[in-house]
Amino acid sequence: MTDDYNFAYLDEETKRMIRRAILKGVAIPGYQVPFASREMPMPYGWGTGGVQVTAACLTPEDRLKVIDQGADDTTNAVSIRKFFHRTAGVDTTEATAEATIIQTRHRIPETPLAEGQILVFQVPIPEPLRFLEPRETETRKMHELEEYGLMHVKLYEDIARHGRIATAYAYPVLVEDRYVMDPSPIPKFDNPKLDDNPAILLFGAGREQRIYALPPYTKVVSLDFEDHPFEPSKADHDCDLCGASDTYLDEVITDDRGGRMFVCSDTDHCRTRRAAGHAGRLGAVA
Amino acid sequence: MTPLLSVRDIEKRYGARIGCTGVSFDLFPGEVMGIVGESGSGKSTLLSCLAGHMAPDAGQVIFATRDRGPVDTVTMSEPARRMLARTDWAFVHQNPRDGLRMGVSAGGNVGERLMAVGGRHYGTIRETATDWLARVEIAADRIDDRPSQFSGGMQQRLQIARNLVTGPRLVFMDEPTGGLDVSVQARLLDLLRGLVRRLGLSAIVVTHDLAVVRLLADRLMVMKGGRVVETGLTDQVLDDPQHGYTQLLVSSVLQV
Ligand SMILES: Nc1ncnc2c1ncn2[C@@H]1O[C@H](COP(=O)(O)OP(=O)(O)OP(=O)(O)O)[C@@H](O)[C@H]1O
Ligand SMILES: [Mg+2]
Repeated sequence: MTDDYNFAYLDEETKRMIRRAILKGVAIPGYQVPFASREMPMPYGWGTGGVQVTAACLTPEDRLKVIDQGADDTTNAVSIRKFFHRTAGVDTTEATAEATIIQTRHRIPETPLAEGQILVFQVPIPEPLRFLEPRETETRKMHELEEYGLMHVKLYEDIARHGRIATAYAYPVLVEDRYVMDPSPIPKFDNPKLDDNPAILLFGAGREQRIYALPPYTKVVSLDFEDHPFEPSKADHDCDLCGASDTYLDEVITDDRGGRMFVCSDTDHCRTRRAAGHAGRLGAVA
Repeated sequence: MTPLLSVRDIEKRYGARIGCTGVSFDLFPGEVMGIVGESGSGKSTLLSCLAGHMAPDAGQVIFATRDRGPVDTVTMSEPARRMLARTDWAFVHQNPRDGLRMGVSAGGNVGERLMAVGGRHYGTIRETATDWLARVEIAADRIDDRPSQFSGGMQQRLQIARNLVTGPRLVFMDEPTGGLDVSVQARLLDLLRGLVRRLGLSAIVVTHDLAVVRLLADRLMVMKGGRVVETGLTDQVLDDPQHGYTQLLVSSVLQV
């Protein structure tokens, strides 16, 4: 099967072009590098930006993990994992600690990442200022000149309307005291994991043709106000399956009579904990 | 006294067409300069060159900065010019839509410049915004409404508050009362006059409307075909116009 494709689908010239963009991104943490996004055999919104970044980073020795909202078994995650298994022949895994490259949509794994790992984020809208300033020429100028007052206007509006900063996903951050960056639609619960992370964090936006990066141990600060400090929030529960009190939880409706449960959104983390004997309110129903 | 703004031989062409040419004047602190002239006479072009929205083809615009003294804003770096534009300068557009963020609440609109210069305390920003809304006669309970829910006159007053909140020393206004009903115009003018006098603002006001300059401007420049044809104290120019074109302009208004 692999013989039908170049390794990891993309031709070598395209991969070189993407690697150049990645290197530039790593050299300028938080800066959005334009790149010539290629057509991929999947629609935009399915992580074509992330897939291209992953393709450009993969080597035959890599072990790939793909998650969507923290889960390894959703359609999107499964199809991307299959795609690379087919086109690159690489091993895949669901264990965060065993993976060398992890492609993700909407989460950072709970298991702390280590040096040598690469986390690739799928990004729908890379421009954090887009919400208030639709003109690309103007947002580019704002980044160039560090004119970031507008980002706080967005947070101001949040507090004015909701009494607190209600932004729960894609919560804007300041990178190395220089570039304001959209961390992709991860929950703000994950924002602190961006700071000082030993892994390489790469962000790919296919439709918008942008790549940006956080090299290992980069300073990443979530924006806030002195009197409304940033708070990484989560549901006020423990995981009903593994009992973890420090993980990001999904609320799952269990029946049509209002029954519901809270479970770790990171399925691998939850499974690992249960295998190690941890149990939550609903016991070891796994 | 050193002028706040010294304009020297400003020229702007659009291809072969003259936008404005040979314009020179000094503006002193606390002074309001009116610029009048018929449609197409180059008023907006000149104002855009002075405010740094457009690069003139020739000439100097020397502004007395707080920290570095007189600096030519035409040749200064873009970051420095943009910094001036959101601190020491203000620009009131004829159409409030050009000067407001329509998708942001009134409070956010007023607070933006504060946040742009490093304001990071929500309570303080909100308090200052409330205070400025009051100064432009917008009720405090409208602070979370969007400008699209405001009348034209309110939008214009909001634009003024948004501009003045950082205590600028120089205000550029392009037809600030254009497009408003006569009674609304009068109220806005009254408010503007009060603010300018109380805050000791310097301003350059472009308008078709001689009533506006009569009320606001200490001095007047009359433009025609991109050139200044007459200049002087407002009352002098309006009551005793020397140039034929100014005489025509003044008499045509009197006929209305
Ligand atoms: N973007 C442009 N491209 C080409 N010519 C322009 C442009 N803007 C203005 N002009 C020309 O420059 C001259 C001065 O125009 P300007 O808009 O400065 O006049 P104005 O006095 O502000 O007029 P109005 O009272 O109608 O606003 C006019 O001949 C106009 O046609
Ligand atoms: Mg005009």
